[in-house]
Amino acid sequence: MAASGRFFDEMNSAEGVLRTHYQAYVEWFDGISSDRMARKRQEAGTLFHRSGITFAVYGDEAGAERLIPFDVIPRVIPAREWDTLAAGLRQRVKALNAFIHDIYHGQEILRAGHIPADQVLRNAQYRPEMQGVDVPRDIYAAIAGVDLVRAGAGEFYVLEDNLRVPSGVSYMIENRKMMMRLFPELFARHRVAPVEHYPDLLLDTLRAVAPKSVPDPTVVVLTPGSFNSAYFEHAFLAQQMGVELVEGKDLFVRDEQVFMRTTQGPQRVDVIYRRIDDDFLDPLAFRPDSMLGVPGLLSAYRAGNVALSNAIGTGVADDKSIYPYVGDMVRFYLGEEPLLNNVPTYMLRKPDDLAYVLAHLPELVVKEVHGAGGYGMLVGPASTRAQIEEFRARILAAPEKYIAQPTLALSTCPTFVESGIAPRHIDLRPFVLSGNEVRFVPGGLTRVALKEGSLVVNSSQGGGTKDTWVLED
Amino acid sequence: MLSRTADHLYWMARYIERAENLARMLDVNNRMLLLPQSEHEITRLWRETLDSIGLLETYTATHADISPSSVVHFMALDRTNPGSIYSCLRAARENAHAVRGTLTAELWETINATWLDLRGYDIKKMGADELDGFFEWVKLRSHQSRGVTFATMTRDESNSFLRLGTFIERADNTARILDVKYNFISEAPRREASGEYYQWSALLHSVSAFETYRRTYRDQITPARVAELLILRMDMPRSLAYCTSEMERFLSQVCNSRSAETQRRAGELASSLRYGRLEDILDTCVHAYLTRFIIRVNDIGNRLAADFMLPATV
Repeated sequence: MAASGRFFDEMNSAEGVLRTHYQAYVEWFDGISSDRMARKRQEAGTLFHRSGITFAVYGDEAGAERLIPFDVIPRVIPAREWDTLAAGLRQRVKALNAFIHDIYHGQEILRAGHIPADQVLRNAQYRPEMQGVDVPRDIYAAIAGVDLVRAGAGEFYVLEDNLRVPSGVSYMIENRKMMMRLFPELFARHRVAPVEHYPDLLLDTLRAVAPKSVPDPTVVVLTPGSFNSAYFEHAFLAQQMGVELVEGKDLFVRDEQVFMRTTQGPQRVDVIYRRIDDDFLDPLAFRPDSMLGVPGLLSAYRAGNVALSNAIGTGVADDKSIYPYVGDMVRFYLGEEPLLNNVPTYMLRKPDDLAYVLAHLPELVVKEVHGAGGYGMLVGPASTRAQIEEFRARILAAPEKYIAQPTLALSTCPTFVESGIAPRHIDLRPFVLSGNEVRFVPGGLTRVALKEGSLVVNSSQGGGTKDTWVLED
Repeated sequence: MLSRTADHLYWMARYIERAENLARMLDVNNRMLLLPQSEHEITRLWRETLDSIGLLETYTATHADISPSSVVHFMALDRTNPGSIYSCLRAARENAHAVRGTLTAELWETINATWLDLRGYDIKKMGADELDGFFEWVKLRSHQSRGVTFATMTRDESNSFLRLGTFIERADNTARILDVKYNFISEAPRREASGEYYQWSALLHSVSAFETYRRTYRDQITPARVAELLILRMDMPRSLAYCTSEMERFLSQVCNSRSAETQRRAGELASSLRYGRLEDILDTCVHAYLTRFIIRVNDIGNRLAADFMLPATV
């Protein structure tokens, strides 16, 4: 399982020496026949298919469901490394929550001049409806999915803070269950930190952000429905927490209170873990054509009679145009130096940055400020001249819609591919829960770009996943 | 429980039961075809079968004539026919998918696996000798779904709505199977008594009642006893009496402030079977009796939906 050398490899050092935290795994692996491994990999596919752990792909034939490719070689993180990351994540999410609270209240950070007010207040994700609205415990992003990548020398960077409806946590848990089923002996040889209790922590978190007056809050998960790409996850989390999985049509609002329609009549709902974007939550307040939402939900929410997780209006804080300021938020709200690095970012609304970026497009990654899911981006080194020129025209038409970053040499991890085992680029999405305190399960979801040389790990773009081990020494 | 969840559970169970009964119906017809009879008789049998499940019009709209192989394909695996076994199992799976979090993992996987396997069948390439195996498979998967439900589902509302779906559908289907066969056999040209024996025994086999009949009556097969067994016998798990009594029982477990009238009607229907007399049924004519029965069962199904599954907002 050799590394390519140009990138930081999780398993092997540049000199080709096996890293200590992979030693026991590789010893075990070398003792497994390739036949058995092939059988196990096939078994994983069959089991995922049978249990319907699939995702729907937009644009495919109606109702088509695909498996997210699962790679059986785990991504291993030594516990000491994880502890450093965990401290950084805790700090970052605290600062982000403080920022969201601030911009909907006193706007201190804008008045202190750390972030141009226009960048925030004119952002499409800024929700004026939230001004002056108090949310329980001042927590807006109770569930955050922070995307981390590792670059050339092994240092971690935050690529993106997902504060709206981050997904993928169910795959983190199912991947672990699959590994334990396929290779139980591996877990006897390693001290792998468990992750399956995530739904317990999530339920605890959701109950902690319930309206204060409710002693025993009723929690529900709100899904767009069974044709949504992440429906499996919605059903999974509701089931694991033992709460109802509702669609918009199951809820209604009366006297600024939210109820669900049950066989025994209306039942009050206190906390909604919503997996629907802001725009679709309430046709009376946002998009009037939304069939997914609940008419009147915003009024109940503003009255403090129901909690939404995440809160409305968190999108402004994970917007790519705000991302460059997260370090400033940490300093401003917590008085600390940021523990996690941001990727250096050029903001193309600034003339100097724009000029630099236009002169260096083949080396850079350019992203739409409001894009997500790996759509609407240019990876310079992997693009043809024609693609670069096409993107140049788009940038020139509206430079303020773009940011650019150096192309990071994302770390690699050995992965099964058609030709055998080869290094493929990976990222890591830990899920950070903020309730009474900030908590998480060790690790997160490792996504892997299965195409050779590809840096795009999104499942919608042909990415796969791996089990992620935080390994005690 | 969410009203929508109750709705999905109820229909999931109904569609599984319907798929099973379609397989039973096709199976009994195939068996009857093995008996010597005229072309005309065969056509009549299939026409009446299609008519009994309300699919005659859909069929004749797309097919020029009634031939056994095209009707079997239409009823078993035709994806454009919403009443085919294929469509029923797809609908069962879609309903299960919508409430997969309410089902135990075992039950969800059973239904999902049934669907995945079904897509592997190609009935056009199936010989007559393999059809039997396909119908057996449909019945087996239905038995399996019920068994997994019985063994793993909590005995709460979700179980009650599943069982209600099963017994409402079964009551309806048994009545239809009996109706069409009873009519067909009694109107058939006079033939040897032994010919009739095979017709009745095929019907009994199709509802898994042949052995029960033998054990219960220890005598030759007569139309009146077949009617009694399938309508009035409480110990026969596919009889109308048994199905309606289970409907009444599970309905009482989910009752709410709106459901009193539905419960009353279910109780009335169950009692009429529990205390019913065969002579009265035979006097009024079996066909008329079964027609009225099907209407009453469907009335209860509609009321159930109104009481529990589409409740008013206030």
